[in-house]
Amino acid sequence: MTVHAWRGRATELDADRTAAEAADPAAVARLRVRSRALLASLVRPHRRALAATVALLLLQSVAGMAGPFLVMLAIDKGIPPLRAGDPTVLIEVGLAFVAAASVEYAGKRGFLRLSARIGQDVLRDLRQRVYDHFQRLSIGFHERYTSGRMVARLTSDMDSISELVDGGIDDLVLAGLSVVSVAGVLLYLDAPLALVTLLTFPFLLWLSRWFALASAVAYRRTREAVALVIVHFVESLGGIRAVHAFRREPRNQQIFDALNDDYRRANLRAFRLIAVYSPSIKLIGNLAIAGVLTYGGWQVLHGKTAIGVLAAFLLYLRRFFEPMQELSQFYNALQSATAALEKLAGVLDERPAVPEPARPTPLPAAGGGRAITFQDVTFGYRDGPPVLADFTIEIPAGQIVALVGATGAGKSTVAKLVARFYDPVAGTVRLDGVDLRAVPDTELRRAVVMVTQENHLFAGTVADNLRFGRPEATDADLMAAAAAIGAHDFIAALPEGYGTDVHRRGGRLSAGQRQLVAFARAFLADPGVLILDEATSSLDVPTERLVQRALRTILHRRTALVIAHRLSTVEIADRVLVIDDGRVVEDGPPSRLITGGGRYATLHTQWRDSLL
Amino acid sequence: MRTKRDHQSGVRNLWRLRRYLRPYRLQFAGLVLAALGGTAVGIAVPLVIRRVVDGPIAHRDPHGLIALGALALLLGVTEAALTFIRRWSQSSQALGMEATIRQDLYAHLQRLPVAFHDRWQSGQLLARATADLSVIRRFLSFGLLFLFVNLTTYAVVVALLIRLHWPLGLLVAGSAVPLVVVSRRFTRTYLRTSRRMQDEQGDLATQVEETARGLRTVKSFGRQAFMSRQFGAGADRLRNTAVDKGRQLAGTSAQFDLVPNLTLAAVLVLGAVEVAAGRLTIGELVAFVTLQLMLIWPIESLGWIIGNAQEAMTASDRIHEVLDAPPSIVDKPDARAAGPVAGEVRFDDVWFSYPGSATPVLRGICLTVRPGETLALVGTTGCGKTTLVSLVPRLYDVTAGRITLDGHDVRDLRLDSLREVVGVAFEEPTLFSMSVRENLALGRTDATDDEIHEALALAQADFVDDLPWGLDTRVGEQGLSLSGGQRQRLALARAILSRPRVLVLDDPLSALDVHTEALVEKALAGVLADTTALLVVHRPSTIALADRVALLADGEIVATGTHSELLATVPAYRAVLSEAAEIADAA
Ligand SMILES: Nc1ncnc2c1ncn2[C@@H]1O[C@H](COP(=O)(O)OP(=O)(O)O)[C@@H](O)[C@H]1O
Ligand SMILES: Nc1ncnc2c1ncn2[C@@H]1O[C@H](COP(=O)(O)OP(=O)(O)O)[C@@H](O)[C@H]1O
Ligand SMILES: [Mg+2]
Ligand SMILES: [Mg+2]
Repeated sequence: MTVHAWRGRATELDADRTAAEAADPAAVARLRVRSRALLASLVRPHRRALAATVALLLLQSVAGMAGPFLVMLAIDKGIPPLRAGDPTVLIEVGLAFVAAASVEYAGKRGFLRLSARIGQDVLRDLRQRVYDHFQRLSIGFHERYTSGRMVARLTSDMDSISELVDGGIDDLVLAGLSVVSVAGVLLYLDAPLALVTLLTFPFLLWLSRWFALASAVAYRRTREAVALVIVHFVESLGGIRAVHAFRREPRNQQIFDALNDDYRRANLRAFRLIAVYSPSIKLIGNLAIAGVLTYGGWQVLHGKTAIGVLAAFLLYLRRFFEPMQELSQFYNALQSATAALEKLAGVLDERPAVPEPARPTPLPAAGGGRAITFQDVTFGYRDGPPVLADFTIEIPAGQIVALVGATGAGKSTVAKLVARFYDPVAGTVRLDGVDLRAVPDTELRRAVVMVTQENHLFAGTVADNLRFGRPEATDADLMAAAAAIGAHDFIAALPEGYGTDVHRRGGRLSAGQRQLVAFARAFLADPGVLILDEATSSLDVPTERLVQRALRTILHRRTALVIAHRLSTVEIADRVLVIDDGRVVEDGPPSRLITGGGRYATLHTQWRDSLL
Repeated sequence: MRTKRDHQSGVRNLWRLRRYLRPYRLQFAGLVLAALGGTAVGIAVPLVIRRVVDGPIAHRDPHGLIALGALALLLGVTEAALTFIRRWSQSSQALGMEATIRQDLYAHLQRLPVAFHDRWQSGQLLARATADLSVIRRFLSFGLLFLFVNLTTYAVVVALLIRLHWPLGLLVAGSAVPLVVVSRRFTRTYLRTSRRMQDEQGDLATQVEETARGLRTVKSFGRQAFMSRQFGAGADRLRNTAVDKGRQLAGTSAQFDLVPNLTLAAVLVLGAVEVAAGRLTIGELVAFVTLQLMLIWPIESLGWIIGNAQEAMTASDRIHEVLDAPPSIVDKPDARAAGPVAGEVRFDDVWFSYPGSATPVLRGICLTVRPGETLALVGTTGCGKTTLVSLVPRLYDVTAGRITLDGHDVRDLRLDSLREVVGVAFEEPTLFSMSVRENLALGRTDATDDEIHEALALAQADFVDDLPWGLDTRVGEQGLSLSGGQRQRLALARAILSRPRVLVLDDPLSALDVHTEALVEKALAGVLADTTALLVVHRPSTIALADRVALLADGEIVATGTHSELLATVPAYRAVLSEAAEIADAA
């Protein structure tokens, strides 16, 4: 049972995750490796630029390092001659300081610009890769993953990676550089004192290891918690009509608050880890400073070290431990980004269940529709019971076939298999004799177009939506297609005609108008096989009649699968398949079936009676 | 000037968020103190160093050395402890504020009317609830705090420096002038860029959501490449803006680094001169320089903080764009509960046009549905049926005229009680990815399993029993794991659950096969017998359920009467409804 009872149960225990994200430690480790590999592949194209940033950083860091050294020079070497009235050394030191500051400025500026560009290029690349991969993944995957989660991956996870890109990389390199180089300088200045300092390293490492392990877990939780917040946010506001009409607001708020609080707590856990880690690093540094101060003072007291050296040493020491703070911040951001990257790596790792063929077989040239064959097809959704079992039908090219049957009988499932939304569990679906699994996607999509029950329009103009299936269509083509199915009049009457924005999911139109546009869009795409799944269910009778009349011309020289409950649509079919519980129970031309006394005849009588 | 106004509104909107800080104001004061304390301790360390160099070492005093070493140790531990306290409570405070704002934002979004959601892109709303909020969180916790702390540090250190050696101290104080100039130039452009970036982030989120929702269509037309290009273009825009933003920030942070470094160079040279002249000890100079080095980080990070503040301002602007949108459909102050109703629904010269559109969709609708009566609404596609029925539960409010329930204007009733009385089934069943039970109950969390089963039986939706976990089975997003007819029957069951007095059913049987339709109609007839109902229908068969029919054409009621009356007297009615007539015409 899932934690949140309201979400209900699903077949997969971890419906929220990709296959790669199993919870066992081995899978987690695998995913870490994959996300590293992903990172490497993202960064690889920028090797040159990265080298340049490192050079700029070195420059900046060397120039920055010069500061305390110049202070030492000014005190130890500049002041004595100055007392004697010779300012040259001091002036030189001063000029060197200005030069160093300018170099540091230039280096920093150059570095920040360049690294911002690299970082953004990497992000852009990652975004596109994940987006494209989401599009490659099958409908079946998306059904369980849900759109909200896809949105979460491409927004929130990206944000957390971009935080690393924005604020982190330079800190890392710079801090790393300065820790290493300061260590060198310290050793050079006074080896025994430096060794005292280096004693702290085992503690720092141990602490970092602890933080790494704990924060990885914490940030992984954060990513999952935020995804749930986003899923609920997107879904509940997407269905705001139902929310309002059924007074769901309090319950939604309750659920949202719980998810939001989960997310807050997951974040809190991660934030508290860094709240322990970072001051602990600071503590170690401060202890070292106090130690060096006492020990170094004692050394100076006994004449083993010069005052200037101790002063410089202490200055450098702060420069040694301060970057550690930044390193810890970076490490934190890195952990957070890695958790996000793991999620994305999990997505990228998911193999499409309906893949592009490795060795594609082109379809033969179409001439008046295409033949469709189902041979011993068995199909069930995911782990559910089979919806179709040993389903066999043969549809010759150019035939108009009506699928009739009770709701839930499996008609849409047949249609979706022809459109290869899913692959059959057993058996084959063929188009002009070619197994669909071997047909290249672009060819298949040109050959088969489906108007679904849940026709989706995109935000944008009517024209954009109509052109979706055939981008090169001219305005005249659009109007002709719309006119053919009787949609032109209403479109022309919209405030800006074909240029009217239909809003998100076509909300600007009435349901029937949406169906007409979706219909016209499919017709315009001019496929060899047209699937109409209850494509006219929301239309009023006269409009539907118009469409039906147009169908005779539209379907000419095409193969058509027509699913409709109103049998007037079926009358134009060459053949009717009555489907019951995933099996074909009657098959024949409508005229024959009507008189046959079978199910279709009953249905037909029932339908006739329902008319005026 | 535009930027100035942007800036003012940004500041104002950011300031308005202080209410979220209020519950934490003691904590915040504590934070500021801890942060200041931490900084003060940090500042004290160099002073201790000076004492060590000038005191025990110069006077060869081992005891003094040990005492000062112990002091340094104490200070070090205190600094770490204060940092720990600050970070620990800062995280709970920042996250608490973020969560509260998000909660309020969501609550407000739920209150906003359907018309608002029609207009707004969901990705933009989401970006506000996630990305923008984390920008604000960062500012309210770190940015704001360090703005305080860094400015205070700056002032204190400069005061100390002036005390140590006033001419050099004044020099350091004067370095603030170029910084102010730099930051003013910076904020002018950065504000606009960060706004653009946040908008583009929202656009991209919208694009992702559209793709996710319309993936079947994308796949069906094989348009992945097109979508990918479109997304790529959006990603490019975002990338370019981000790079632009990075460029601006790079220039400014580098300048914020340069100024203190140059000041340091000047101090070093002049300080050495002073030492040579005997007006300053070496120890003092070391302390001065060390102190001054302590300013570099606060100043440098000020560049970042200013950037963060700008982003927080634009983010806050964006959030307030939503929070300030008036929830136009709300209870009146003196709204009354609907109470037990007879169920008379009357449209009284109702006009309606969608927001932002000039042409009215409904024009002077006058219509009365008597208590217990079932009225069928008939008309061609796009004539305004859905619009008309969605006015009853106040998904939209009428533009003119009024709708009354038992004689009371629906706008005078409490929304929750109105919507309790009115049950709705939309023409497109809206289902969510949650359990069947939750989908059916939605707001009526008190619905019992018996009631749910009764509604399912009436809607002929017993297929639920065959689902793997019955009522507990999770319905796929948008109900897409069900067949169209199954979805529609769930939506119907939802509408009749707990038997509302007024039912609004918008084309509720369109996805059903003839046989199932007949069964549902039979069951529904029982429900409708004593329920006031508005029924949008296309099929003649369903009209049998209605006592009366109203014919809607082009936003006007052109005829009302019984089915047979209209059939006999109104040719337009026959044309809309009769397939037979059409067939005859065609022949
Ligand atoms: N995406 C899906 N996931 C799981 N089950 C599904 C899905 N789509 C349909 N089903 C189930 O498969 C059966 C057949 O559905 P469908 O083919 O849509 O029927 P129809 O004949 O009404 O078009 C139904 O029981 C339905 O619940
Ligand atoms: N959200 C909206 N904004 C603007 N116009 C709309 C909106 N929804 C519907 N319309 C327009 O209002 C008219 C009536 O739509 P509707 O009531 O859905 O028709 P129907 O009678 O088919 O149910 C249509 O012309 C449609 O284009
Ligand atoms: Mg179907
Ligand atoms: Mg409608």
